[in-house]
Amino acid sequence: MSQFAINLLFVGASFALYIGIAIWARAGSTKEFYVAGGGVHPITNGMATAADWMSAASFISMAGLIASGGYANSTYLMGWTGGFVILAMLLAPYLRKFGKFTVPDFIGERFYSRTARVVAVICLIIASVTYVIGQMTGAGVAFSRFLEVPSTWGIWIAAGIVFLYAVFGGMKGITYTQVAQYIVLIVAYTIPAVFISMQLTGNPIPMFGMFSSHTESGLPLLQKLDDVVMALGFQDYTADVDNKLNMVLFTLSLMIGTAGLPHVIIRFFTVPKVADARWSAGWALVFIALLYLTAPAVASMARLNLMTTIYPELTGQVDNYEEAGAEPILYEDRPEWFRTWEETGLITFFDFNDDGRIQFYNDANAEFDVIADSRGWEGNELTVNNDILVLANPEIANLPGWVIGLIAAGGIAAALSTAAGLLLAISSAISHDLIKNTINPNISEKKEMLAARISMGGAILLATYLGLNPPGFAAQTVALAFGIAGASLFPVLMMGIFSTRMNSAGAVAGMLSGLVCTLLYIFTYLGWLFIPGTNMLPNTPDNWLFGISPLSFGAVGAMINFAVAFLVSSMTAPPPKEIQELVQSVRYPKGAGAAVDH
Amino acid sequence: MADDKSNAAEYWKANVRLITGCLIVWAFVSYGCAILFRPLLASIQIGGTDLGFWFAQQGSILTFIALIFFYAWRMNQLDKKFGLEE
Repeated sequence: MSQFAINLLFVGASFALYIGIAIWARAGSTKEFYVAGGGVHPITNGMATAADWMSAASFISMAGLIASGGYANSTYLMGWTGGFVILAMLLAPYLRKFGKFTVPDFIGERFYSRTARVVAVICLIIASVTYVIGQMTGAGVAFSRFLEVPSTWGIWIAAGIVFLYAVFGGMKGITYTQVAQYIVLIVAYTIPAVFISMQLTGNPIPMFGMFSSHTESGLPLLQKLDDVVMALGFQDYTADVDNKLNMVLFTLSLMIGTAGLPHVIIRFFTVPKVADARWSAGWALVFIALLYLTAPAVASMARLNLMTTIYPELTGQVDNYEEAGAEPILYEDRPEWFRTWEETGLITFFDFNDDGRIQFYNDANAEFDVIADSRGWEGNELTVNNDILVLANPEIANLPGWVIGLIAAGGIAAALSTAAGLLLAISSAISHDLIKNTINPNISEKKEMLAARISMGGAILLATYLGLNPPGFAAQTVALAFGIAGASLFPVLMMGIFSTRMNSAGAVAGMLSGLVCTLLYIFTYLGWLFIPGTNMLPNTPDNWLFGISPLSFGAVGAMINFAVAFLVSSMTAPPPKEIQELVQSVRYPKGAGAAVDH
Repeated sequence: MADDKSNAAEYWKANVRLITGCLIVWAFVSYGCAILFRPLLASIQIGGTDLGFWFAQQGSILTFIALIFFYAWRMNQLDKKFGLEE
């Protein structure tokens, strides 16, 4: 059987499974469509949250970014797990006690203001659509590879499938489907990692393998990797970063974004009790950590495999790295995976010096240029898109065909499950919060469902269009979404619970200032509405304010949000007595009912 | 009623204390050990690199899991102690 047929089989079979579950658990009423009847066990809920949470960014993109950035990109690992600590302690149990469907529901009611609700809806939509752009980028890579089509087609195909999938699902379908998706994606991520860890270190557990010895050279794996990449002028993998401020802010942005993203918070409305909301966050993190502890191992091992594929002489014990790094493979001898990925346009080769060999090195390193010159190298000839690394990893390591099919299915599961959860959050924000609770309270259930489906369609089209020219790799685009959510929604959610004094004027001013500052900063470097070429300043560290990257700015936006909210609130009247009592009541688990509609 | 109120206030205080403690550990492992204090931990070697690198890529994640379960366990105890459980 050809690889193409195997991929098709795995992806097809996994789809049949999800669709089967979705039909079996079809959403009947509006309430089921949003919260699955409020009766999901914490472990089940944790697993579904993990599937919802781990998107194309975690599965497809993150390890690739860590592979290329090394230690500096550990931010993704800490940021996307540490947020659950904040979520479990600062938000989830209280929002569960509050017992409504959506994030704007809470903000609208806690701040007793229609304006606050509408502003929250706007923040939610902007963050979620940005997030979906990242999913489209990642799903596009996966589809283009396994269908062997150009990456643009891959994105459109992904859009069609996500649309069908989300529109006919609803939360109940999604909760159980997502459990299935979690299992598919974790198996798909772990199996190749175990194989590769065995090949390189003899240790079957990747998270330990990455800190053990590399079999062929006898050196610790990470030290070997440092040696290999430095021999070609790249920065050493484990190098410390100079700009610690940026690293701290980036990690913080991802953490508070986790706690501010509507599709994750919504999950905690579906558990039966307040205590379960706390456990649920813990279980979600356990299931997430299974992938996140493997990801850094995948990153380091994939990078080493990639380098030694191009430079076979660097593989084993090397006495003289300079000599061994001089001889890359011939282009015509390139392996099969190289050829298939070239078709997607995500690997490109250009033979600058016409010697037929693939010179892959860091041509931005002035010191290394001297060595490159002496070898007759005229520039780096190979570009590998970061987002392909995880998907190409089993092929690079020569693993059997079924492992490659499995990882294609896993990558698509990751992108689909998150996109579906986000689209649900977007559609409920528009149909439930905006239309039903603000514009037209008398809307029928049927019309509300229709509005939900139309808004899903609109969101997919917009995200796909912007995904064709994405503002970054999948994980970077998703990181921007986190920054936006962290800067706008997280602070008011937290203040809504921890401050009885915070009033509606403060919350609205806080959300708007956090959102606007963050968007302005991001758009300045990445283009207005992410449209390429409309950026005011080039996106390079020299141009960043205090060296803070647009990816890290969410944390600054959140601080602005907090400060403005406190200032405005202290100058205006305190909230009415019944609101202060509401804040008191969400703090205690006693008396929590199931999540209710109005 | 007054008793209920002071009881509830005590509970909330205990909760905030617990959260503060947990968040100090949370910040210490991630922003501390993994980022800011990494140079200080450079002498402690682990598998070809230093302890700070390990905290950045694995140690902090493991600590986060422990923190959430610890918090959930302690809060359930507090819920019972103050008679505020569901």
